[in-house]
This record gives sequence, structure tokens and C-alpha cells, in this order.
Amino acid sequence: MTTLSRRGFLTAAGTGAAALVIGFHIPEGAARTVAPAPKAMMSPNAFLRIGSDESITVVIAHSEMGQGIWTGLAMLVAEELACDWTRIRCEHAPADAATYAAPGSPLQMTGGSSTTRGEYQRYREVGATAKDMLIRAAAARWKVAPADCVAENGAVVGKRGQRATFGQLAAEAMKLPPPASVKLKDPKDWKILGTPVRRLDSPEKVTGRATFGMDVQFPGLRTALVARPPAFGAMLVKFDAAAALKVPGVEKVVPAGNGVAVVAAHFWAAKLGRDALVVEWSQPEGGGLDTARFSAQLRKLVEAHGTDVGKEGSVDAGKVAATLTSVYEVPYLAHAPMEPLNCAVKINADGTCDIYTGTQAPSLDQQVAGGILGIAPDKVRVHTQFLGGGFGRRANPKQDFVAEAVLVAKAAGVPVKTVWTREDDIRGGFYRPAYAHRIVAKTDRAGAPIGWEHVVAGQSIMKGTPFEAFVVRNGVDPTSVEGLAESPYLRGAARHVSLHTPVTPVTVLWWRSVGNTHTAFAMECMIDELAHAAKADPLAYRLKLLDGAPRHAAVLKLAADKGGWGTPPPAGRARGLAVHESFGSIVAQCAEVSVEGDRIRVHHVACAVDCGPAVNPLGIEAQVHSSVVYGLTAALHGKLDLAGGAVQQGNFHDYPVLRMFEMPSVSVHVVPSTARMGGIGEPATAPIAPAVANAVYALTKQRLRALPLRLATVREARG
Amino acid sequence: MKLDVNGNVHDVDAPPDMPLLWVLRDLLGLTGTKFGCGMAQCGACTVHLDGNPVRACVTPVSTVGARKVATIESLSPDASHPVQRAWIEADVVQCGYCQSGQIMTATALLRRVPEPTDADIDAAMSGNICRCGTYGRVREAIHLAARLQKGGGK
Ligand code: FES
Ligand code: FES
Repeated sequence: MTTLSRRGFLTAAGTGAAALVIGFHIPEGAARTVAPAPKAMMSPNAFLRIGSDESITVVIAHSEMGQGIWTGLAMLVAEELACDWTRIRCEHAPADAATYAAPGSPLQMTGGSSTTRGEYQRYREVGATAKDMLIRAAAARWKVAPADCVAENGAVVGKRGQRATFGQLAAEAMKLPPPASVKLKDPKDWKILGTPVRRLDSPEKVTGRATFGMDVQFPGLRTALVARPPAFGAMLVKFDAAAALKVPGVEKVVPAGNGVAVVAAHFWAAKLGRDALVVEWSQPEGGGLDTARFSAQLRKLVEAHGTDVGKEGSVDAGKVAATLTSVYEVPYLAHAPMEPLNCAVKINADGTCDIYTGTQAPSLDQQVAGGILGIAPDKVRVHTQFLGGGFGRRANPKQDFVAEAVLVAKAAGVPVKTVWTREDDIRGGFYRPAYAHRIVAKTDRAGAPIGWEHVVAGQSIMKGTPFEAFVVRNGVDPTSVEGLAESPYLRGAARHVSLHTPVTPVTVLWWRSVGNTHTAFAMECMIDELAHAAKADPLAYRLKLLDGAPRHAAVLKLAADKGGWGTPPPAGRARGLAVHESFGSIVAQCAEVSVEGDRIRVHHVACAVDCGPAVNPLGIEAQVHSSVVYGLTAALHGKLDLAGGAVQQGNFHDYPVLRMFEMPSVSVHVVPSTARMGGIGEPATAPIAPAVANAVYALTKQRLRALPLRLATVREARG
Repeated sequence: MKLDVNGNVHDVDAPPDMPLLWVLRDLLGLTGTKFGCGMAQCGACTVHLDGNPVRACVTPVSTVGARKVATIESLSPDASHPVQRAWIEADVVQCGYCQSGQIMTATALLRRVPEPTDADIDAAMSGNICRCGTYGRVREAIHLAARLQKGGGK
């Protein structure tokens, strides 16, 4: 997901599109999920319910996909409500953008590392509103002034020792009008926010009780596996269902879009049925995409300027002491969330539809399902389940996996859950696009960049989607080039950034940290190259350039310091640095590596973060760990090859991901900061590849400019 | 055929080559055991057969025989098992999808090696993929569970 789409919509929708909904309104869907409802239920608004049984239910407008948002948003409410933390439970909100879209966005969607900062105000106000009503209810009961009552730990307490619990007050509070406005606590009085709080969803996730989309079962629900095109650009010609239908348990074989679905009593029958299915596909036009050829095409494209992204200043030729040119490359990547995609759909006779899935974008699900079924989007009820990872894949402008499931259920005429195998997931498209960058840096006699020509080539993730109109400007998809023209390293340099946007049949999408996955790699490696060319210490060189960027400099210094920079590394190891800003947060990393044979081993990563005020330090640490691992997988392993339009990899044996034995120790250092709050689900992903590449250079003098990082064989290195 | 799962004997009507994973999930409704790869690569489907960790996705149900199957649901319903407690204490889970498998592998490890070293953990746990990258805290939780077990926790 990207923040840019959000900004685009912000402009389009106007601010205040979704202010706090005050009222005693429980959306139909939310009410339905409560069972059994405690009798007197206080619901100051659609985000909170307080039961006479002392239960506190926080309705979470975003999807819990591992990032810990159930805990983070509940903390915002709890801080202001002054409730008993142990009473809190959470549930996913139903799809209802009018109520649950993030402030300033018309869509209910989770991504862009935006939830905590986007909801920081609203969820605190939710808690403060309820507290105000509870206090007034207590004051009325005791016939005292509200100012003489305080709320603490789940009860209101009066001056003369009167005490009533929230549960006891809920029914009376419910009859009061909500306050016109509330005053939020001064951060210095916080008791919960800023402290490490453990996750609320652990108990169900360590017992196997948590329900993911994959786990949804109800009477009459069938399982379907879909045969999809073997290559991008291939079209369904015809199929023969006879053999599939002979498999015990297989009930129907139906065409669905550009695929064929085998509908069965359970997964295994559907799988055997799909194996037996005979399908004829057309050859992709022009033979289909070949990644070897495409990579050559990208490298060719970056030799000439593309569409201007930004052009500022001109180089004083007399000052140029050296010119350095480098080309960087990254491949297509699948998200490979641990839970393969799936989606259960029940189309009802009354013109409504129920969707059960782990989704990052309930609003988009409503739109695509409504479009296919010819019903209004609000007739589509989305029951968001836990997501077994998202990383962007479960928020897709086309919501391909939901659209397909709706098509299958419609064609089959029964409730169906589509299940993707791992191979389906790896080969199913919507990848982080392959990119090439070519940088021509001109330096002065001190080795500092005074001219920076940067050409980028790669597919746009926005082009051809409903987001294009809001995001793409003058032919430039800003997510393709984020972090380049505005790099704090280049304040003293003449800059020219331009972009080529080739179109291919391979579907592409945002992937954890979006464009930063490749822009940070190119930028931070090139700066490192310049530092070494200037025979400067890479830290000192960077700090000099970051003179006007104190937050960047501070995190970089901290990461270097915690990573042992300036002290000799253990024998056979070296360290590398990178710092990058994304999603409003700045992250620096110092990676310590060694080389064993042709294998790069990362031993330690020191990571410094400035994300503004920290809501839950324990959650921040987890997200940084998570991002480092995700980014390391891309740095060391991740690569999809296509031949004739067909993806060559299919499962974790040939699309390897980081495992326990490769896990470095990761230390996380959060800078106390009063800067505007940034995101934390993604920003630590981007710096790890360049930090490792820079460390490998320091150790081996091999400058690896393509991901995944591959050491040259001994012979190549000599030659 | 008869199948002993978590101490309950079920009469299961399944084709002999049907993987235990899908018998558990789709026929018995025990969805705590997860599907991640279907080819013994990720460990999400780890269950115990007579106490030994196996990949249910590649275990044909007909090969189980009289061996006792234990799934994540058997540890404890209230997260009171020392490994579950350690997992909560170390705040391991993120999306949670891999965690049933991580916990079942770790439980088998701790039974075999009550005080595992980091190298033991690397060897035992490297078959369990976590795309959320919880490995650091998984390691921490295993060490913690070892202490909890030693301290007589359940
Ligand atoms: S699903 Fe069995 S090992 Fe991955
Ligand atoms: S917690 Fe998400 S895959 Fe491990």
C-alpha cells in the first residue's frame, strides 16, 4: 500500500470526509457479530461498546494482519477511557466506509503504514467521549458535579468515596447525549501510551483458535481450486471436465473469468480434481515475457532520459572532479504471505452477498463484488477475518482474489471458498515490479555529489487501476521514484530524475514499503560508492551530506554507534550502513556480515528509528524485526524468473525465504521524538538490502548492484 | 478408518492418500493446524504423531495407523501450557498463521532437549517459516519455555 494514494484521495475527497461519528449507532454488521449481547450495552459510537458485564469491545476499523493494530488502537481508547486493560477485547469492523474509513479517506483500507498515525486522534477521542458520558452518568446518579468525579481503572469515583463501575453505569450513560467536544490527555499524563504493551490477540493465536480466512467453515460451504493461466498473457481456450468430475468429492467444474474452477466437498478433492482437469490455453502474444530479456530492456531504457520527475539546478562543469556511473537492478517479487490467498463467498437470494476473507480493503471488496453481482456495494457484507500476512497483497485495486471467488460462487450457484495453493500464490501475479536504476554522479574535489542524473525504469503499480487518476501526474507514478529527488543527500547537487514506465502483461502491485524497496537500494549503495571513491569513512561522508537533515543524521549516528561502527568488527566480518525515510519515519541500519563460501551471512543488525511519538514500543520493535526479515529475504533470496510468460518458481524450495538459522540478532533503538507521527509497518524494510550490500563491499570489495545479492564466483571475481 | 486425535478416536471416511492436514481441517474441523506450502517446506502444518513432529501436509492419512495425533488444540485451550505462556510473555505472534506450527515444533524440541542451545533451536526450528519474521522472539520464547518447564510450570 502506498501513502500517495491516500494523499491523492485526500485531495479528491476533501478533508473531514469521515469525521468522528457520534451517536448511539451500532452498525448492523457489528451488532450481528456480538453474541450473546450483554443486556445493557453502552455504545457511545460505532467504535466502542461497554457491556453491563464490564466488557469493553473496541471495534477496529482496520485489518489485523500481524502489525498489532488491534493492540495499538485499543491502547489509544484505553488511555483516554481509563478502563481496566484486561477487560478489553477487539473485533474487526464490518465493511462500512461511511463509518469506518480512515479519517480523510473515502475507503476502508489498511496499508501505507498509516493506521496508527491516521487513527491517533479518532480512537483517543472515542475513549474520551465514552469517559465523559460515564462520568456524567455517575454525577447524575450521585447528584454531584461531573468535575467532582474521576474515572480510573474501569470505574468512576466520586469525592466522597462513591464508586460505580463502567458496567454499572453503562445503561445510564447510554441515555446521555455525547459531548460536543472532548479534551484529550496531555502526553505527560499518559499511563498506557508509550509503554510496552503485549498483544491482545496472543491467546487465540497460540491456541489455534484464531480464525483466518482459510479457517472459515459453515454448512453448505464448498472448496474450490481454480486453474489459472500458466503464463501471463495466456487465455482460456477450452477445457474438458470429464476426468475432474470423476474424482470423488468433486461436484462441479465451472469457468470463472480467465480460469476454470473445480468445486468440491473439501480441499483435497478439489486439488485432485484440478490436477485431473484438462485445459487448453492460448500462447501469450509475442511468446510471453522473459525476465532475462526484460532485464536487458530495462538496462537499455535507463541509458536515456525518460519522463521528467524533477529537474533542479545545473552543474558547474568547472567544479566536476570525477564522474561515477552505476546501474542497479531488482527483480519481480511475490509477497508470499504465510496464509495463501483464499476467499469464501455466499450469494444470497435476497440480493445480498457475504464475503469472509482476510482482506486489507473491505471497501474495494464491496465494490468489485457489487460490480460482478450487479448489486449496490452496501449489499455486500464483508466479514474480515485475521490475515495470515498481508504485505500489500491483500489490498489490490482489483482485489483479484475476491473478484475471482465471487465469479466462482456465482457460476457454481453454491457458497464457495476459493483456496490458493502456494504455487498459485507464487505464480499468481501482482508482484513487486522489476526495476533498473542508472545513476550518473558528478562529484567535486572533496568527493561530494554536485550533479545527480538518475534514470529509473519499471512498471507502474498505479497505471490501469482506479488509483491512477489520483496518483499519476504528468505520466509519472510517484511510487516508482519515491525518495529520490527529495533525498537529503542531494541538497547541494543539481538533480535530474526521470522515469520510463514500460507496460507488460505481468500484473504488479505495492509490496511492503512499495517503491522504497528499490529506490533506497540504489540511493544508499550509490552514496556508499561515492564515499569509497572519496576514500572517506562511509559514516562521516554521509553525515557531512546530511548536515541539513538532523533527524536523518541522528538515527544514522545512533545505528552506527549501536552497531559498533568505528570499532574493529570480529575477524572475517564487516559492517555497512544505510538510512532511508519513508511513510513519515526515518530508519537507519548498521549490518554486520561475513561470507561463508558463496553465502552471505548477516550476523547483527542495529536499527535506529525516528517515527515520532511511539504508541507501543514493543509493537514497534516487532515491526522492525519483521521488516528486517522481509527485506533480508529480498536482499539474499527473492527472485522470480519468467520464461515465455510463465513464472519458474512455485514454492519455498525455489522461492526461498529467510529461516531461523539465517536470522541475525536485531537490536532496535527508538529515538524519543516529538516529530509528527510516522508509520512503522514498512519503513525498516528498505534500508536492509543496501546496508548488507555495503557491508559486503567493505568485506570483499565486490560491489553487488543487483538483488538478490550474489557473490561472484572466484573465477568471475578474478576476471 | 479410525484416527486418534487429541485423545478422541474418530471414524474417518477419507481416501487413503488424503493428507492428514486436510482430514484434520476439512473433515474434523480442527483448523488450528495450517496449510502453508503442501510440500513439507514451511512447517505450518506441524502436528505430533506419538510425540514426534511431522508435516501433516505430506502425511497420507492411511499411514497414521494407531499412532496418536496431537494438534495445537491439544496443548491447552486456555494458553496455560508453558510453551504457550512463554509465547505470550515474549509477545511472539504477529499475524499468527505460522505459530501453531512453530509451537508444535518447539514443544517437541523441548520434550527431546529440555534446555536447548541456540544451535539446537536453529536445527529444530529452521523448517518452520515465518513470513512475519518472528524468529528472534521465537528463540527467546523457547529459552523462556525451557525455564518455565524447569520451574515446574505445568
Ligand atoms: S503446509 Fe506442510 S510443511 Fe508447509
Ligand atoms: S506470525 Fe505471521 S507468518 Fe509467522
